[in-house]
Amino acid sequence: MSRYALWAVTWALIVLVLLMSPAVVVAEALKTGLQPALASLSDPDAQAAIWLTLEVTAVSVLVNTLFGILAAWVLTKYRFPGRSALLVLVELPLSISPVVSGLVWLLLFGAQGWWGSVLEQAGIHIAFAVPGIMLATIFVTLPYVVRTLVPLMEQQGRDAEEAAMLAGAGFWNILWRVTLPGARVALFSGILLTTARAMGEFGAVSVVSGHIPGMTETMPLHIESLYNGYQTVAAFSMAALLAGMAMMAVLLRSVPERLARRKEAQA
Amino acid sequence: MSVRVEHLVRNAPGSARRLLNDVSLDVPRGAFVALVGPSGAGKTTLLRAIAGLDNFEQGALLLDGQPMGSMRDRARKIGFVFQNYALFPHMTVAKNIAFGLDVLPRSERPSRSAIAARVQELLELMQLPDAGASYPARLSGGQRQRVALARALATGPGLLLLDEPFGALDPIVRRSIRSWLKDLHERLGLTTILVTHDQDEAVEIADRIVVMQEGQIVQDAPPEDLNRNPQTPFVMEFLGESSSFSGTVRDGLMVPDEAGILPFSVPDTVPPGPITAMARPYEIQVYTGADLLAAQATVSLVAEGVRNGYRHYRAQLLERSIPFCVPDYTEGRVKYQDSVMLNISRARLFRDGVLCV
Amino acid sequence: MKQAVLSFLRGGGSALPGYRLALAATLVWTGFFILLPLSALIIRPWQDGVGAMVAALHDARMFAALWTSFSCAFLAALLNIPLGLLLAWTLVRGDLPGRRVADAVIDLPLALPTAVSGITLATLYGPQGWLGAPLAKLGLVLAYSRTGIVLALMFVGLPFVVRTVEPVLKNLPRDMEEAAVLLGARPWQVVTRVIIAPLLPALLTGFGLALARGVGEYGSVIFIAGNQPFKSEIAPLLIVVRLQEFDYAGATAIALILLLMSLLALVLVSLVRWRLSVWGEQA
Repeated sequence: MSRYALWAVTWALIVLVLLMSPAVVVAEALKTGLQPALASLSDPDAQAAIWLTLEVTAVSVLVNTLFGILAAWVLTKYRFPGRSALLVLVELPLSISPVVSGLVWLLLFGAQGWWGSVLEQAGIHIAFAVPGIMLATIFVTLPYVVRTLVPLMEQQGRDAEEAAMLAGAGFWNILWRVTLPGARVALFSGILLTTARAMGEFGAVSVVSGHIPGMTETMPLHIESLYNGYQTVAAFSMAALLAGMAMMAVLLRSVPERLARRKEAQA
Repeated sequence: MSVRVEHLVRNAPGSARRLLNDVSLDVPRGAFVALVGPSGAGKTTLLRAIAGLDNFEQGALLLDGQPMGSMRDRARKIGFVFQNYALFPHMTVAKNIAFGLDVLPRSERPSRSAIAARVQELLELMQLPDAGASYPARLSGGQRQRVALARALATGPGLLLLDEPFGALDPIVRRSIRSWLKDLHERLGLTTILVTHDQDEAVEIADRIVVMQEGQIVQDAPPEDLNRNPQTPFVMEFLGESSSFSGTVRDGLMVPDEAGILPFSVPDTVPPGPITAMARPYEIQVYTGADLLAAQATVSLVAEGVRNGYRHYRAQLLERSIPFCVPDYTEGRVKYQDSVMLNISRARLFRDGVLCV
Repeated sequence: MKQAVLSFLRGGGSALPGYRLALAATLVWTGFFILLPLSALIIRPWQDGVGAMVAALHDARMFAALWTSFSCAFLAALLNIPLGLLLAWTLVRGDLPGRRVADAVIDLPLALPTAVSGITLATLYGPQGWLGAPLAKLGLVLAYSRTGIVLALMFVGLPFVVRTVEPVLKNLPRDMEEAAVLLGARPWQVVTRVIIAPLLPALLTGFGLALARGVGEYGSVIFIAGNQPFKSEIAPLLIVVRLQEFDYAGATAIALILLLMSLLALVLVSLVRWRLSVWGEQA
């Protein structure tokens, strides 16, 4: 009896608190039908926002995956002084407010920043331009690949790597043929998390972007200006697209696990 | 507290596979019973059913002749020691032991000083007088074991159920805690049921052994009886190493199929026909009489050294080798020679999987 | 010291190749993307002189905003503890029908981009929203107030509590609960005495993560908050406002305090966890 009550409460909570929000997104986007929703997405500014988001996401994922793999290698295969400090450092962006994550780049490259005016004179625009958006996004998404790789690689120890070394393999061979294949599920998951976060980052990007429609607006920023401009349908259509992309990335993470489970069940 | 299990049936959850298949067991007050068997035989399932931790599909369970009441009625009358002790890691040893008293409703709960006194008494009984303030994580395996036992005994249960209580201990601690437990059982007048997969342990500690296989009880007897008259080849093998020899009973003689083994006479009660003889290594003897025919003597011996007061050998038959041993102090050690035969007249005889008497 | 430096340069004596290369890459990466901007954050406020910093700190609006952010984040994290515990419990032990769907949905707030959750929550709880309209009839106004902020932060923080409690609950041996039952404990006694305590470190961590996240949260809050100075203005928003006023010193001062608050929350949590570690491996 009490068990059913518990189930009812849980599902009520899940529906009311969690499931309601995607439902609202879809409902608001389709309020006037599918046609206006699709039309709003083919607006040139919307197209530009989508392309910029994809661009920024690609760069962030690339940088943070490459360096994240190397950092995870250093942090798990060696014990050296300063290791724990480095572990804390790579997780730090997680506990920093997105707005602050954007602000720090203005302090370096903004008009009143340390190097802002010098670079500006040299014709290099970082703040309120695309490079600033990329820097802020890289900062915010920096921890995800490392922190999914580290626990797994730590647990795997370094026996396999040492065996490979004794068999004559060099660094890149060990990394490519021994370590990464063993960690590919975690790596995949980390990359997808990075992707989802990079696409959806709002606060940090909002601070460093100039909010110029068609130029420095990513999808989340474009959603904001549409929403504040009372273009509800367009805002929610873009929101639905963005949420769909981000959630797809998050949901894809469980695919390798499910494949493995199926393979196990067959065997 | 006496326990009576009648025709108990329990299925695996959500399937028709039977974990317990018509199990009946009678444990009188004061008995020390060991449930033994290979893993998956249903020992722990039976023990958990007796404790009321799992439900069963059919059958009855009587404690002191009464059907089981609710969990709360039964709780304090049964002490249960889990395989991995299940100590509460966030409580001190003293709090762990006192748990069963602390959760009593206020009207039934002993005073705080009475609880403390009871805990100290148990700690001393467990030979851990100073451990009260420590957390379980700080204790060794043997100490945790004893704390778990003290916790189970704190409410003064009449029945003690132990699920593989020595599994995680090293051999030396195991041996000492075993005899100490036996002593405790007698001193407190408990009824104890112990689950183990170690037949030596069971033989040493219990006064009755229940052998289980595939959800059923195959034999229920005192240790000596079990050793002398194992009901099935499975029990024979489970209790210790043994070799089996097939043959035929003819004119009151068991004639082994393999060359190199002497025929021997069997009781008149064994009817003629095919039969299996099983013997333990120390029951196999070597015959080196002068009347050996060279043709029959196809057994050669390989010595394998001395262990535990026995000299071990391997007798090489045509297709396999049979281990056997003789006490180290016997005169005239077995000689290496080719012309011997094996005498297995002390073997138990089985036909159709049942002991022939 | 010399030994530490040598050990640092040599990778603590492991013969595996690639140490220096990977270490150098890691240092460049973390140095440029984390250390450099953070040191700017720490040094910058003092560059205009101590006077400017003191002036920046003399700002009632700033303290009101910081207090709003902190108190709302604290309340939201606190309310998320029982909710998160309930969800984790039914997911792990409750044989919840539709468990797999529920399990996937828990991560929704993490997966949903903050701007999307922001406009969604504002629409949902707003005066004309699916939930806001009926509640407004009952006299409960949720959006455009601190209540709205707390709601948004609860939404964002819930997965943190569930996901930190869940694995610990999963590893909690069931026989501990059985032992308690056999010793006569009633169901509520099992929960309060045997289950909560081993989960405490995880609950605390979840609370700390939700708090740290909530203090700095921006996107999911600003649409529902109302953003009235001194009432429903959160600190991150005030940073943005100050930046628009080109008041870098003011913005940086708030950012620095915000950062310290998040870090303090995490440090306090790990201190308490460490205190609880006497319980052994569980903690």
